[in-house]
Amino acid sequence: MTDFEPVIGLEIHVQLKTRTKMFCGCELSFGAPPNTHTCPVCLGHPGTLPVTNAEAVHFGLMIAMALDCTVAPRSIFHRKNYFYPDLPKGYQISQYDIPLGREGRLGDVRIHRVHLEEDAAKLVHAGSSGRMHTAEASVVDFNRGGTPLVEIVSEPDIRTAHQAGDWLRLLRATLKRIGVSDVNMEEGSLRCDANISIRPAGDSNFGVKTELKNMNSFRFIERGIEAEVARQESILRDGGQVVQETLHFDPSTGAITSLRSKEEAHDYRYFPEPDLVPIAPTEAMLERAREALPELPAARAERFERDLGLTAGTAKLLAFRGELGDFFEDALGADGQVEPATLANWVTVELVPRLGDADPQESKVEPRALARLVELVSAKTISQSAGKTVLDVLAAEGGDPERIVQERSLAMAGGDELEGIVERALEANPKAVEELKGGKAKAIGAIVGFAMRETKGRADGGEVNRIVREKLGL
Amino acid sequence: MIDREQVLHVAKLARLRLSEEEVERMSEELSTILEHVERINELDLEGVEPTSHVIDVENVLRPDEPRPCLPREVALANAPDATDEGFRVPSPGG
Repeated sequence: MTDFEPVIGLEIHVQLKTRTKMFCGCELSFGAPPNTHTCPVCLGHPGTLPVTNAEAVHFGLMIAMALDCTVAPRSIFHRKNYFYPDLPKGYQISQYDIPLGREGRLGDVRIHRVHLEEDAAKLVHAGSSGRMHTAEASVVDFNRGGTPLVEIVSEPDIRTAHQAGDWLRLLRATLKRIGVSDVNMEEGSLRCDANISIRPAGDSNFGVKTELKNMNSFRFIERGIEAEVARQESILRDGGQVVQETLHFDPSTGAITSLRSKEEAHDYRYFPEPDLVPIAPTEAMLERAREALPELPAARAERFERDLGLTAGTAKLLAFRGELGDFFEDALGADGQVEPATLANWVTVELVPRLGDADPQESKVEPRALARLVELVSAKTISQSAGKTVLDVLAAEGGDPERIVQERSLAMAGGDELEGIVERALEANPKAVEELKGGKAKAIGAIVGFAMRETKGRADGGEVNRIVREKLGL
Repeated sequence: MIDREQVLHVAKLARLRLSEEEVERMSEELSTILEHVERINELDLEGVEPTSHVIDVENVLRPDEPRPCLPREVALANAPDATDEGFRVPSPGG
């Protein structure tokens, strides 16, 4: 039986975090009452003229550079013509043959192009306003119409659904890090379509591709791609042919349905937008964009791994959630003694579950406090489990770890105190003592367990072990 | 020559309903226009940059500063059909 290889390319739309729209001064808004952020330009009134938002161009340049694209010395806008109620002018201002950037790369996937365009308005379907006369009507809300968008098109370099999800996470982290978008898939500020085809493994030609539209979570994207690859495989195995079409994946049923078969849908009759002049980034514009770029997540993960000795997984987790990476580095800087890999584990394994999705910078845990706590554990001043108790307190109330240790008597039991506890443990477990003396090594568990209970976890198991053996002369 | 099928295709994309007579006339007129444009191909345009805009200006950009929006009732005033909140349109699927 032939093995098939999926060939996947992604097309991503990112809403830019500018204050105003792409071609007019209307303020961007999320959740504002419908049609309260409009003007004659974004409503497409005759005689109005668009003027390009400088900040949107700046963000576009930042994205192109972050994705290692060649920036076009001179790019122009085109009109993409089609009729739909969410498009008041009858065309979308977009870019066509000369996009802002092309031939880039992010991780293991090449970037085909990056271009600027405007978002469409939002169609609110019957029922949601409660004032609908008939089910055949929709209401248009133009608040979103004209929001600046950057479209990013990858080359078809992706081979599995899992790789698509991973790469999209890297892209999302990168866009978030450079601060150009909220990149919230549920709210639609990051939207992803996938172009999918399959071919016999080893073949270099492409099969017929389908386009899977607007999947609004990483999980749906991975599941949608898997389902579409499976669908295409079963068609080819049955001797059929894949039809080029636009598809919708329903995550609740796993079903894939044809979205539209407008026979002339792709005849957009692009032509240069006569109302806008070319964008020819000056040296000053390029310099400003370059300087605005922070260290990008992929480079940061690499640095964490290479210079700080973190595992690849931990490095990625910290770098891809920039705010976690910042917290980690702040903590590392606040206390030069702490071992980076141990601190990183405390951040990812202990701190993250206590914070959920919240930004650690806004939590009550100070970076310095976490570093100090990790040091106390590393120096065996407190036990691992006492350390977790301290972190619970820090997360709930904030404060200083040493003081918390003192106030709650969490310091590791040692010296005379621990000696006394071990004495009691031996007295309370005469049978285990006999067995242990008789050579049954496992019997020590009962004695150590007793001591640990007595100290409420404040003792070092290894140390208790040592004292027990010492006292019994073993 | 622009044939009947091409006229109907373009008319459909532009959402125009043409009578038989208009289809006939458009076919002739569009052909004439294209023939005229074809003549430009006779010129030697070696080394001439494609014109995307008639004025030689670049980077006309606007600072990212909000300007007042229209009050909703004004925005909706010219709509052929509207609710209190928005423009009512035929459902695109329906």
